[in-house]
Order: sequence, then C-alpha cells, then structure tokens
Amino acid sequence: MKNIDSKGHVTGKSIYLDDIPTIQGTLYGVVFGSPVAHGHIDAVDYSKALAMPGVIRIITHKDIPGENQIGGIIPDEPLFATNEVHFQGQPIALIIAESDHLASEARKCIELKISEKEIIVDPRVAQQKGELIQPPRTFALGDTEKAWAKCVHVFQGKADTNGQEHLYIETQGAYAVPMENGNIRISSSTQGPTAVQRTTAWVLGVGMHKIEVDVVRLGGGFGGKEDQATPWAVMAALGAQLLNKPIKVVLNRMDDMRMTGKRHPYSSDYKIGLSEDLKIIAYEATFFQNAGAAADLSPAVMERTLFHATNAYFVPNVQVTAYSCKTNLPPNTAFRGFGGPQGMFVIESALAHAAHELNVPTYVLQKKNLLKNGDEFPYGQIAADVGLQHIWSDMESKFDIQAVEKRIRAFNANHSDQKKGFSLMPVTFGISFTKTPMNQARALVHIYSDGSVGVSTGAVEMGQGVNTKMLQIAAQMFSLDPERVKLESTNTTRVANTSPSAASATSDLNGKALQKACNALLERLKQSAADHFGVSPGDIELKNEQVYSQGKATSMSWNQLVDMAFLQRICLTENGHYATPIINFDKTKEKGHPFAYHVHGLALTEVSIDCIRGVYEFDAVKIVHDFGKTMNPSVDIGQIEGGLVQGIGWMTMEELNYDNQGRLRSNSLSAYKIPDIYSVPKEVLIEALETDGNDMAILKSKAVGEPPLMYGIGAYFAIENAIRAFNPSFISTFDAPFTHEKVLLALYNHYGILENSKTGIRSSLSGNADVRIAQ
Amino acid sequence: MIEFILNDRKIRTDKPSGLPLLDFIRYEQSLTGTKIGCREGDCGACNVLVGHLQDGQMKYLPITSCLTPIGNVQGKQVVTVEGLNMEDLSPVQQYMVDEAGTQCGFCTVGFIVSLTGYCLSHSTPDYKAAIAAIDGNICRCTGYKSIERAARHITNALAGKDTRETVDWLVERKFIPPYFKEIPNMLQTIGAENGGQKNGVLVGGGTDLYVQKHDQLLDREVDLVANHPNWRFITIKNGVCTLGGATTVTDVQESDALQTLFPRLTQHLKLVASSPIRNISTLAGNFVNASPIGDLTAFFLALNAKIELTEDDKSRTIFLKDFYKGYKDLDKTKGENITAISFIIPPANSHFNLEKVSKRIHLDIASVNTAAQIIVESGVIADAHISAGGVGPTPIYLKDTCAFLMGKPLTPELIRAAIDVLQSEISPISDVRGSENYKRLLLRQLFYAHFIKLFPNQISLEVLA
Repeated sequence: MKNIDSKGHVTGKSIYLDDIPTIQGTLYGVVFGSPVAHGHIDAVDYSKALAMPGVIRIITHKDIPGENQIGGIIPDEPLFATNEVHFQGQPIALIIAESDHLASEARKCIELKISEKEIIVDPRVAQQKGELIQPPRTFALGDTEKAWAKCVHVFQGKADTNGQEHLYIETQGAYAVPMENGNIRISSSTQGPTAVQRTTAWVLGVGMHKIEVDVVRLGGGFGGKEDQATPWAVMAALGAQLLNKPIKVVLNRMDDMRMTGKRHPYSSDYKIGLSEDLKIIAYEATFFQNAGAAADLSPAVMERTLFHATNAYFVPNVQVTAYSCKTNLPPNTAFRGFGGPQGMFVIESALAHAAHELNVPTYVLQKKNLLKNGDEFPYGQIAADVGLQHIWSDMESKFDIQAVEKRIRAFNANHSDQKKGFSLMPVTFGISFTKTPMNQARALVHIYSDGSVGVSTGAVEMGQGVNTKMLQIAAQMFSLDPERVKLESTNTTRVANTSPSAASATSDLNGKALQKACNALLERLKQSAADHFGVSPGDIELKNEQVYSQGKATSMSWNQLVDMAFLQRICLTENGHYATPIINFDKTKEKGHPFAYHVHGLALTEVSIDCIRGVYEFDAVKIVHDFGKTMNPSVDIGQIEGGLVQGIGWMTMEELNYDNQGRLRSNSLSAYKIPDIYSVPKEVLIEALETDGNDMAILKSKAVGEPPLMYGIGAYFAIENAIRAFNPSFISTFDAPFTHEKVLLALYNHYGILENSKTGIRSSLSGNADVRIAQ
Repeated sequence: MIEFILNDRKIRTDKPSGLPLLDFIRYEQSLTGTKIGCREGDCGACNVLVGHLQDGQMKYLPITSCLTPIGNVQGKQVVTVEGLNMEDLSPVQQYMVDEAGTQCGFCTVGFIVSLTGYCLSHSTPDYKAAIAAIDGNICRCTGYKSIERAARHITNALAGKDTRETVDWLVERKFIPPYFKEIPNMLQTIGAENGGQKNGVLVGGGTDLYVQKHDQLLDREVDLVANHPNWRFITIKNGVCTLGGATTVTDVQESDALQTLFPRLTQHLKLVASSPIRNISTLAGNFVNASPIGDLTAFFLALNAKIELTEDDKSRTIFLKDFYKGYKDLDKTKGENITAISFIIPPANSHFNLEKVSKRIHLDIASVNTAAQIIVESGVIADAHISAGGVGPTPIYLKDTCAFLMGKPLTPELIRAAIDVLQSEISPISDVRGSENYKRLLLRQLFYAHFIKLFPNQISLEVLA
C-alpha cells in the first residue's frame, strides 16, 4: 500500500500547521531571542516596540501564571529568560501583533542591555570546568585494565563528529485557540503532543485536562520536533490565555535555525586493543557530548551513545564513559539515531585507525569481530536474532566485496586525477525507548454503525508512513477495504499520556496497541455472529467484508454484523493498551535488557574523488538490511533511502558552524547545505535479509526509521579510502563531516595544513576565525 | 493595479507591486498548496510556474514565488498546484505517488510544479532535463531516489511529445487541465505593461533583494525592469556582444549565439544557482550585488566585459574589472544603473572555461570560482583573461597573473610558476565558505583545472603535481 497521504501531498491538499484556516481576530507571535550567548540582562526597553502600529502585547517571564519551566528530563530551561541568557536566540519575549510582519518590525525596536559573560562552545572545555548537565555515566563489560596486557596491537586517538541541522522543510509552529471555560486548543507541529500538553499546562498553571493538543501531520521532524516543538506551542497558548485571542507562532527559517538545537556535536577519545588474529580484545572510549545550554533530551541521547558504542561488534572488555557537557549553544536535541551514530562513528574510526596501521583492509577487522547470537552487549543484554554473519555473506554473494575492491584498485592504477574508494558500514541498532516506562502506547478504535472505522493512536505522522501502517493493520484485521478506515489526527483528548513519535518504535508500540483494540472488537463481533449462527466464536471468520462460519461464506456482510451488534448494544469502541514486555534497565548497575530487539544491516559505499578540485560523488551504496518481514516495502525502502542520504549529508556537506561567540554562522539554507538531487549516490541498491522476522516487531516488520541513517557513516570512510589512493601519506583525522575543504586539504597535505599527530588532533588553521564545534 | 492570471482566473489587485507573489498566493488567495520553506530561493517549496506568450506559444518557467515581486507577473499566467489538479491525478502526480516520491509531503508540491514545468517545455523529453528541472527543489525525507524513478517514468510518458503544440498534447493526455488552451486568449485581454512604479526601489529578478530585504519591500511599490525589452536583450553586432542589464541567466543559457561562442555554456551555468533562480536572476543584479563570489561576475570578468552605466539619459561605459573599488564599494553613483554589458567576441582560437567549487556542487554559493579566457598561438600564450571570486573583498580580475602568462610558452613549469603571482594578488579570508588556506589551495587547483581542461595535451595534473 502506498502512503495514504501521498494523494493529498501531490495535489497540495494535505494540511500542515500554517495551512489551517485562521479564525478571524487571529494574532501573530514573533519571538525575541537573545543576541548574545551568555550574559546577564540588565535592562530591556519594550516601549518603542509597543508603540509600533499593530503591536498588541509583549509577553515575558513576568506574565507566566504557572512555572517558567519547559525542561523535559531536567527542569533547567525557562520558557522566557529571566535574568540570565545562556545561548544566542534564547527566547526573552513574545511580541504579539496583528501580523507576523508587524511583530517582526517591532522586534527590531526592542532595546536590550546585557552584561556579557564568558562563553563556552567546546564540550571538552566545559568538561574541564565542571560544566556538566548531569554526572558522567560509564558502561563496562569485562575488565579493560587487565585486558590491555593481552592485546598485541593497541591504538588510540580522537574522533569528532559535528552536529546536524534537522532542516525539516516545515519550520516550527503552533496555533493556539482559546475555547470556553479557559480551555485552550493547540494545533502543533510536534512529534510529542503530550509533551506540549503537559508543558503548556505547567506554564499556564492549569490542569492538563484544560489543554487539548491536535496534530494532523508534520512537514518533517527527524527528532527536531520531539522536544523542541514545545516552546512555540506554549508561547502561543500563553498568548491565547492572556489575550483570549487565537495566536499563531510560526518561526521563520533563520529564527528556527538560530533558536533550536540540533544533533549533538561530539568529541571523543578512543583506545582499541586487538589480538594477534585481529580480534578486538578491549575498547575504551570517552565521549564529550556538546549538550548546549540546557538538558533538553541530552541525557537520553548520551545514554544511547553508550548503548551503541560497540555498534555491531562483540568486544569482551569494554569501558565507555560519556559526559554531557554544558555549553552556550542552543540546547541540542533528538535527531534520527539519537546519539547512536555519534557512538558508532568512534568505534568505526578506531577500527579504521587500526586497519591503516596494520595495513589490512578495514572490512577484514569489521568482519572478524561481528556480533553473534549469545554475545553480551556492554549493557548486559544478550544478543539474539542477530544475523550479521548472514548479512555479511549476503553482501559478499550479492555485491561481491572483493570484486568491488579489485575494480577500484584497477581504476585507481589507471587514473591520476580521479580516485575511487569504498567502505563497509555494519549497523546494529536497538529498538525501544531506553527509558523503559516510555514503551507504552494506546489506540482508540471506533466501528461506526455503518461499518466504517475510525482509528486514533498516539503516533504522529511526519512522513514516515506510520498512519499508513496503522491503517493497514486495522484494515487487515477487520478484513476491510482500506477506504473504509480513517486515521484520525493525533489528539490528546482521544489518546492520552503518549510517548513522542520517536525511537523508531512508533509503529511497533502504537501498532501493537491497535492490534489489541481490534482484537477485542473482533472478539465481541465474532461472539455476536457465533450466537447468531449457533456456532462457537472460533468458527467465525471475517474475510473481505463478509462473515464466514466454519469456513463457508454466510449471507451476513460486515455491515450487517456491525449493525446487528449495535442493536444488541455491544460496544463498538475499544481502547487498546500495549506495554513492551521483557524490557528493563537498571541504571544503578547500567545493566539490563533495554531493547525489544535490534535491527541490523550492512552498507557498501563507493565514492569517486576529483583530485584536482577535491570534490566527490558517490557512485553507489549497496545495502543488505534486516527488515524482518516488511509490512510495507514502499514505505520501508523510502525510510532506508532517506535515512541513508541524511546520514551521508551529516558525514559530507552539512557543516554546522558556530563562531567562538556561540553565534550560528550556518544560519540559512544558503550557508548550510543539505543533499540536493545531484549529490545523492548514483545507485542505491537495497537487498532484504531473508529472515522470519521478530515477534516483538509489529507484524514481524522491524523498525526502520533510524537505523539506515547510520549507513551514511560509510561515506566518511569511503572518502578516506579514496584519499589514501591519491595521497598515501595522508593521516586520518576522523573529524566529520568530510567537506570538500577537508578533502582538498587531505589530498595535498604537503600544503602544510594537516600537521596532525597520530592522535588525530588537527592543528588549527592559521587565520581561521571559525571555531568549529567539537574540534 | 496589477493584472495577471492565477491558474484559470483573472486577478486584478491593488496590492503593492513589491509584495512577494508567495504571500499573495497563500494569504490573499488562500491557495495553501504552495509552501514556505526558506524564503530565500534555496528550497523550491514555493515554486510556481509563470507562463507568457512567446512567438505565439505559451512558455512556462518555474520560479521561486518567495523572491518574486507580484508586479513581475503583470500580464502573465501564474500556475500553482491548485491549477494543475484535475479529477484524476496527472501522470506527474501519479508517478510521484507510485514511486513513493513523497514522504512528509511539504516539499512535494514544489516538485510537482517543477516537473510539470519540465513537461510544458518545448524541448524533447530527456531524463537529464527532468532532473535539471528539479535542481532547485530540496527534499529532506526521500533521499531523492524515488523522485528520480518518478522522473524516469514521467519522461517515458512524454515520449512523442509535440514540442510545438505542447499544451494541446499535454491536455489531451491529461497532464494539465483543459483550461490551459484558453490562456493565450485570456492573456490578450490583459495589458503587459510594467507592473511596478518608477519611484520605487529598482528590482530586477529580486533574487538578492528579496533574500536580504523582503520585509522592507513587501508593502512598497517597486520599479521593475525584468520584463522591459530595453533592459533585456542579447545582440551581436560588429564583433561585439551586448546584453541588457536585466537579461537573465536562463536567457544567456538559451541564447543560440552564446551557445555557439561557448560550447560548454550549459555545463558552466549548471553550476550557477538552480533553474528557478536562473529563470529570474539578472546579470546586472549579479554585478551590483558586488558579492566577491558572484558567478556571472567571474564569467564576464574573464571576457574582459564592459558595462554601461546609465542615469536618466546620461550613460558611460567602463570595464567591469574597474567597477569594483572595495568590499561592496562600486564605481557607481546612487542613480546609476547597469543597463548593458558588452564584450568583444573572442576569436575562434580562444579557449574559455569556468570553474567553481562550493560545499555542495550545485545550488550553492562558491567557496572559490574562476573563469579563464586564453588564446595560445604557436605554443605561446597570446592572450589571457582570468578572474577569481571568493579570494578577496571583490571579484578579482587577476591582472598580474594574466600579465605574467602573456607571451610565454605554455608549459607545466609556467603554470606552476604563475601560482606565486596568483597567490600574491589575492587576499582570501576565513569564513563560513572555507578557511583562508583552503581558498588559496583551491584557487591554485582551479587555476590548474583551467589548463588541464583546455589544454589536455600539454597540461595534466600529473605534470603539475
């Protein structure tokens, strides 16, 4: 089944936040954010702004009736700054005017006096100064101290990844409408309707029951609207509460880029030890996460870095430690992969480092150390349903790694100004929210008396196709024409206390809840039919909107059955609740079984570098992926292709750039580039691993949202491989992204720019005013 | 009063001519299919088609509605997705659905519009042209592979397209609604006079002004020159090529005369912006913007072009290379406008090349760009004009480097030796587009690239390295 929204999308009829017809009298809010990254607010003068035509009111922290607090995990983030500001763009006030334009004009007239304070943008500096979001955490297995003695080869170094702007094409926004009795209805472009509801209630000083949050769909989220859609919705609701008027707050692109957090930049140290036969004996890593100025989701992101620190490999002795470092950047947040990619990049760097030193292809080390069933992860879960060996052999048989290597070698021998390179990137990604209580969901199903069906779940549609999957489940379970099932908007009054649509787990959690609801309804309907035909419920089946009894079609249609049940006063509404079984995690021991299952896969990336200009293009990415039993190939392949390209973007052209004053310089689409149609791999081939699937996954169809992003990491190592073919003296720096700049400098390191040591520390570029984060 | 056709309906509006077309479509007409992604022409979510009559046929070009003052569509037809919708999906829409070319859907309408623009073009269907048509559309979800597959199907479905009676052919096959056939007649009833007002800010294509200052223009009248024949022409006379100041990049690209002069013109201009931007951005705009990295500035500097500056009825002509005095400092009075650009047609033995490297190869601002016009006679460099952008406060004509090369035999040693001269006349700074060291290295490489590309028999990377 194709994405059920696609017809609306191609005709422009799908409705996004800014397309909701506005109610007469709607006012518009524009956020006034701090111009400096750290300072004390001495005075703010709003008088000129207030005197501008069309300006209705300027709302600040003083106007908040409840708590001035929006922190989700740790209460450390005010909605509006009070006395201090901690990052550039931190909201200080909301200007409400008759139009967006008038509010923006008024913003220019606000006069602010700030005493600037010391600005930290580097996570290692923050860590040294003790500026941490929370105490560090360590995951350990075996005993690395003792293990080093057993290692024949030991390598250590530094590996950094920059952040990543989400660049959902629809910017953040919300529309709050005051209802009767002080109730407020918020339309929000959020992945977490409940987070919006809870935080709004908190700030407005009312019960959650007074706040209704409705989400139709998002024009992209990627994690950027998991927690960070909340402030704008709260502001709109606050305006609605104070003025009793509908308020719309939609960020323009530059405000969105400046004010919102991104994927966390990380700076990390690694140490890896191998045996004579190249088995990894020990691995240590220290991760310095650049959390930004408040916790946001950083503690959870940091935790997932630790969970995925060993990626798809078995390492008997592991010690990995992570620091969540407080800096004066916007609070960084969820982004597809959620810390996992940052952890994986480090062990991939360690393996690449070892392979170069030992003069063996990296894939030899990767293959030798793949995780097997029964291996223990550093966090105590025992690997099951792994299939990595099977995936690797599929890659060899379908795409012939050695033939690729041979072909590339031959090409490189015959071309002096163009070089090719390749890499392999295995991925093992755990599925579940690592905070166990979040692994629950509900679905509300109505069968209307005419036989049509309405489905509400806690899932938010943001392009990932979750509504399509939900509709498939309901239509399949009732054996109905999909046209007779409607997926309702995600609304807190229909499905309450939801987890955000995140962690790749949305379809599993909500789908299983939906199955439960459908099953309960089917049970009642079958009982009714069984009573009617004088058989047992087990004899009743529903096929293509017809009732079957003991294998034979009856004269009763689905519609008639529903009608009969209704007249018999049988409840045709059901609320299904699902909580993932088995999973647990004990933070005091850092051990447990946090994941329902893992998704595995392998990507082979081929790149060509133009050695004159230092630019590159990707010839092919070949993937063997563990879908389980995919319930929707069209949707799932779309997730793989899209995730892959997003990952490649992170590793190549997407260069987040803050200066040492914490000012975002890559603050628009002209300064921050994401892949366009010409920069994607020429060929993307995806093979499905043959498997029985996993019962913990919805219809055995494994989660697919995040894992493919990490295939993109292969892009970095493929480029490295190609550079080495041109410049054998190139020393790896392991600092993603591999921009055209870094490639050219690497090709011609005789130019005196990359005087790096084996630790991979890159010397500062002379005369360079940029402070590149996480370097 | 501005008059135009929006889809199938005649519009008369007294909105100020500076109002962006996007705001008019979305907020005045409630046609919300057209989306706001970036408001700087970098995402394509707001793309619409603008059609006008040319030689008796409708010619449709995609443009970014966020950067287009509404006055610029005076007398034209604007097509949004709502104007493409029919009872059933068009093949463009259907293939995008079939191939799952849409996920979150926010960028999708832009793709539908651009791809329909490709269908409406009067050239033979070609997959590469289909992709070129969406080179200004950014999608964050799909990774584009599904969109490529859709573009392939669409191209196949256009097999046998009538490139003359294109609209009729497309209507018959339900690519577009039947009302498209009535548009030429409707357009006859609307004046094609200038939609702007003389006393306003002068706006060409708007591709820079509307990025920088849209909030200052949206409620103003603007003086529009984009559709003025005195401002938009390409002529070749007595060995001199002259172009009007408001000539667009697409005009240059589509000029047969210029195509003949510069066989690699399409490849060169493919590196400049995106199709919808090239359709509206003007040469003079690129020059007066005075960005040190103007791509067309680099192009015309290497042609040693002259510009005509006009104020009221007074004109003067200067070399483009003398136009730039310092960072954003021009040899131009406030009232002067660039009305024309001219250059001497390079002789047949002249070689021309443009090089540009940016973070993203396409639709990006250069880290460094450079163009070169070189004549080699009997193995000796007889003439050289080389420009460079991104390596100083202004676009640079590399006069010392050119002088150094002149009259010397073309050898790898000469090219290598020229690098010291080259490095001495540039002054790049570190910024978001690259560090100083990178820009120095990159210009060296691109300088090499000119010779490697133009004289492959004498110069290669191997002999230079």
